Amino acid sequence: MTTTPTAGRTTAVAARATELSKIYGQGETRVVALDRVSVDFRQAEFTAIMGPSGSGKSTLMHCVAGLDSFSSGSVRIGETELGSLKDRQLTKLRRDKIGFIFQAFNLLPTLTALENITLPMDIAGRKADKAWLDQVIQMVGLSGRLSHRPSQLSGGQQQRVAVARALASKPEIIFGDEPTGNLDSRSGAEVLGFLRNSVRELGQTVVMVTHDPVAAAYADRVVFLADGRIVDEIYGPTADSVLDLMKQFDAKGRTS
Amino acid sequence: MFRTALRNVLAHKARLLMTVLAVMLGVAFVSGTLVFTNTISDAYQKSSAKGFDHVDVAVRAKYQESKGNQVGKDAKLTRTLLDRAAKAPGAASATGVVTGFTAIADKDGKLLGGGWQSAGGNYAGPKDARYPLVSGHAPRGKDEILIDSKTADRAGYKVGDTVRISVDGPVLTPRISGIFTTDDGNVAAGGSLALFDTPTAQALFGKKGTYDEIDVKAAAGTSQAALKAGLDKALPSHLVETTTGKQLADDQAQMISSSMSGLKQSLLVFAGIALFVGTFIIANTFTMLVAQRTKELALMRAVGASRRQVTRSVLIEAFVVGTVAGVTGLVAGIGIGAGLRSLLGSFGASMPDGPLVITPGTVVAALAVGIVITVLAAWLPGRRAAKIPPVAAMSSVHAQATTKSLVLRNTFGALFSAAGVAVVLAATSMDADAAQGPMGLGAVLLIIGVFILTPLLSRPLIAAAAPVLRVFGVSGKLARQNSVRNPRRTAATASALMIGLTLITGMTVMAGSLQAAIDKMASSAVRADYVVSMANRGPLSPDVAEKLASVDGVTASSPLRNAESRINGETEFLTGVNGPVIGELTDLKVQDGRFKVGGTQVVVDKDRAKQYGWRAGSQFTAHYEDGKAQKLTVAGIYEGNDLLNGIIVDDKAITPHLKDPADMQVMVKTADGASSATKDKLEKALGSNPAIKVQDKQDISNDIAKMFTMMLNMVYGLLGMAVIVAVLGVINTLAMSVFERSQEIGMLRAIGLDRKAVKRMVRLESLVISLFGGVLGIGLGVFFGWAAGELLGTKMPTYELVLPWGRMTVFLLLAAVVGVLAALWPARRAARLNMLAAIKAE
Repeated sequence: MTTTPTAGRTTAVAARATELSKIYGQGETRVVALDRVSVDFRQAEFTAIMGPSGSGKSTLMHCVAGLDSFSSGSVRIGETELGSLKDRQLTKLRRDKIGFIFQAFNLLPTLTALENITLPMDIAGRKADKAWLDQVIQMVGLSGRLSHRPSQLSGGQQQRVAVARALASKPEIIFGDEPTGNLDSRSGAEVLGFLRNSVRELGQTVVMVTHDPVAAAYADRVVFLADGRIVDEIYGPTADSVLDLMKQFDAKGRTS
Repeated sequence: MFRTALRNVLAHKARLLMTVLAVMLGVAFVSGTLVFTNTISDAYQKSSAKGFDHVDVAVRAKYQESKGNQVGKDAKLTRTLLDRAAKAPGAASATGVVTGFTAIADKDGKLLGGGWQSAGGNYAGPKDARYPLVSGHAPRGKDEILIDSKTADRAGYKVGDTVRISVDGPVLTPRISGIFTTDDGNVAAGGSLALFDTPTAQALFGKKGTYDEIDVKAAAGTSQAALKAGLDKALPSHLVETTTGKQLADDQAQMISSSMSGLKQSLLVFAGIALFVGTFIIANTFTMLVAQRTKELALMRAVGASRRQVTRSVLIEAFVVGTVAGVTGLVAGIGIGAGLRSLLGSFGASMPDGPLVITPGTVVAALAVGIVITVLAAWLPGRRAAKIPPVAAMSSVHAQATTKSLVLRNTFGALFSAAGVAVVLAATSMDADAAQGPMGLGAVLLIIGVFILTPLLSRPLIAAAAPVLRVFGVSGKLARQNSVRNPRRTAATASALMIGLTLITGMTVMAGSLQAAIDKMASSAVRADYVVSMANRGPLSPDVAEKLASVDGVTASSPLRNAESRINGETEFLTGVNGPVIGELTDLKVQDGRFKVGGTQVVVDKDRAKQYGWRAGSQFTAHYEDGKAQKLTVAGIYEGNDLLNGIIVDDKAITPHLKDPADMQVMVKTADGASSATKDKLEKALGSNPAIKVQDKQDISNDIAKMFTMMLNMVYGLLGMAVIVAVLGVINTLAMSVFERSQEIGMLRAIGLDRKAVKRMVRLESLVISLFGGVLGIGLGVFFGWAAGELLGTKMPTYELVLPWGRMTVFLLLAAVVGVLAALWPARRAARLNMLAAIKAE
């Protein structure tokens, strides 16, 4: 196994799942989506979660990000234990400590690009840190398009607005749910580049669910899920190493 | 195709719910109206037919038309004629009938019934078949009276009790000698009936020795027609006319059904308004359904469905919705019809009993209205559906409204509005009678214009609300933007509310201004402290005027005595007044000559002066009912009004010519002015008479206000249905918006908008739409109220626009409440949305 930790990385944990299980239904229709998963997402690390359809990769992300409830185990974001939080507190946690990038429907069509970027802070009733905001906008290259509405932007530009929105409020952790799923390869590469830069240069923590080995290769670490369990992980992945591992799972899946 | 349409209806049950409800309410209104009026009309007809059971042929006096200088009068039905009728071939018996007004007081001295329904009559002979006695015996002499059992029950009167009554002024206190039952329609409708023996009735009602009608009963084996023929031969045809009982019943039935059809029509107008408002909701719903199903419809086109088939599939859906709404509406309407009757009954408005009448016409009308309205309203969205190109199946974006069509729309809207305003303004400067048509046309044009323009108006008007919405943070900002996101939809929703509020505000403005005008007219023309009149506005005995004049503290009083006369071959009603003091009691503007009434000096209003070409100093001759003539001189010409007009003469000049002098009112001025002590004194002087009203200016003004309040409340109630339908429309639009924006809402929830803020966002959007409709409606209503007032103002010099600011504020608040209420359910739905499902849904 190629599981050597990257040297020089801090080991503080941004989010941690311990013995996390998520079970749907009862009796005959019982489906175990997550089966006692334990995983740490370290600060300033870019993690990709991979796995075949139905492996539980999205469920894992949703549970850790406070979007979905879980059956047993525990999830911590920073010092906060999610299991005991009510909807209101969870909403506040997502607003203040978590950034999100979705595959689609990321932006409100009625707001301009800038308004979309500052939306989480508007919701919280906070003023944006002007210098930081400028830096983020600069980084994603949207300076000239801040007053455009989403319908006037290309898919790649829209997703860059989403990245800027996630970064702008300086969350403790950013979750991406197939953020490049709807983009062509060039736009996708741009978005992934921004995410990696935010980790390298700004010390941001990013967790991303993807099924694309090329996208996963941008991450520092790739966690593989199958049947609700973590089956493997790679540090410093390349598209080829990820693809190789996926082929192994496929083969195993067919023989078992 | 039909199966696809049916499946679509079933699949969108929830989304079609509000549409079905809206149409259902309209249909229920229509069918409820039909069921109610048919039932009541049927019951009244049956009850009145029963009233003619005792009449085979009725003999009535013929009216002798006015001719030349001869004042017209009724022929007299004398005892001789009664005896001749009784002996006519085929007649078994004949009864002389006398009728009049008789007010009965309850034990507290208050008038029983409304005044208009206090009837009196005669009990003929020792046993009158028309009125079966429940207890006691027939009345004998002027100290005995019979009253109907319903009235007796209501007031708690028993045989032997003394009761205060009044016929034309003086109070009488006869003893109740008996109580009878009757099918009389007036009594069934809550009125009272008092009976005297025949000579007493004739004396009290001023018809000594004569009858109002002779009812003849046929001998066994004689038909009504045969009896009528016999009577026609036996009686002088220039004095009387005969009618069979069946004809009388038919005429009565005809009259009832035509008066009911008036009620029916005005109720149907309001039902029509509610249905019209409903069409906006139907159109909105189908537009949204078509937009949501763009891909599906495009796919149908791609696999070979023709445009017509696509349109038809939408219309079939509408047909199914309309049928469901029609059937449920009919059922609800039958319930309303039945409920309304018992509701009115519980308010004390008694009505004759009868079965619930549901005619085939009602059923057909209900279904037809439901289906036709729905299909018509869905026709445009259906056409739009057909225009979806097959290629839309491949793209992911929903069809968006283009700005180009809005440009066209705005142009049309501006043209319509401008034309509407122009026509209304032109109409206000026209003659009042000729202007009604143009005014209505202008109003319709303007409403259509504003409706077409609402999408354009929505932006600036809603932007004006931005500073307020900013207080609510992100929720407010998003609500504002969401509300202008689909201007057409917002416009249609707001318009539905606008229509109801336009009518409500217009009516309120008009009624308020009119009330103030009448009030002003009533008080400005009259200087008297009190006006005394009969409760039924009937004639007062001259006795009353005499009594009032002698009351201590009365400084001036005058009757308004009515005298029919012929002048220059025309019928004129002269008003006789107390000449020397009439100037103290009234305040009429004099145009020519001076206001002097006395001897043969008279004053005339300017309309009469113009008609006859009189000026101050002109002379004319009046011919009275006794055949005598009198030369009168015009002393002055005054400006008349609805209370006082015509030719005013001294009562001493006309009274000698009158057989039965009678006064319409008596005006009284007192040394101390109007006060409750003075009023008490006047009422006591008249013997605390239940039939006479002593009113000061405030009482009159209160009476006027009461009338207007009642009318307005009725209109509010009827227009309330249109407002309820509009509320359904707001709910509908919001629910659809929440459904369409579920992904956005999911995303907002994910990035940290809590449930409360989501709810607030939907509520504020609802509030914005409702207030938008409210502001438009109130604005238009004020304009129409003003315009209609301009017309009325030409007829009524005291008219001026009175803006009911208080009420208008209430209406605006009402619109806000509508917004908040309508958002309850959609906001809850939005807040409960499953975030993950919403984000993932494609």
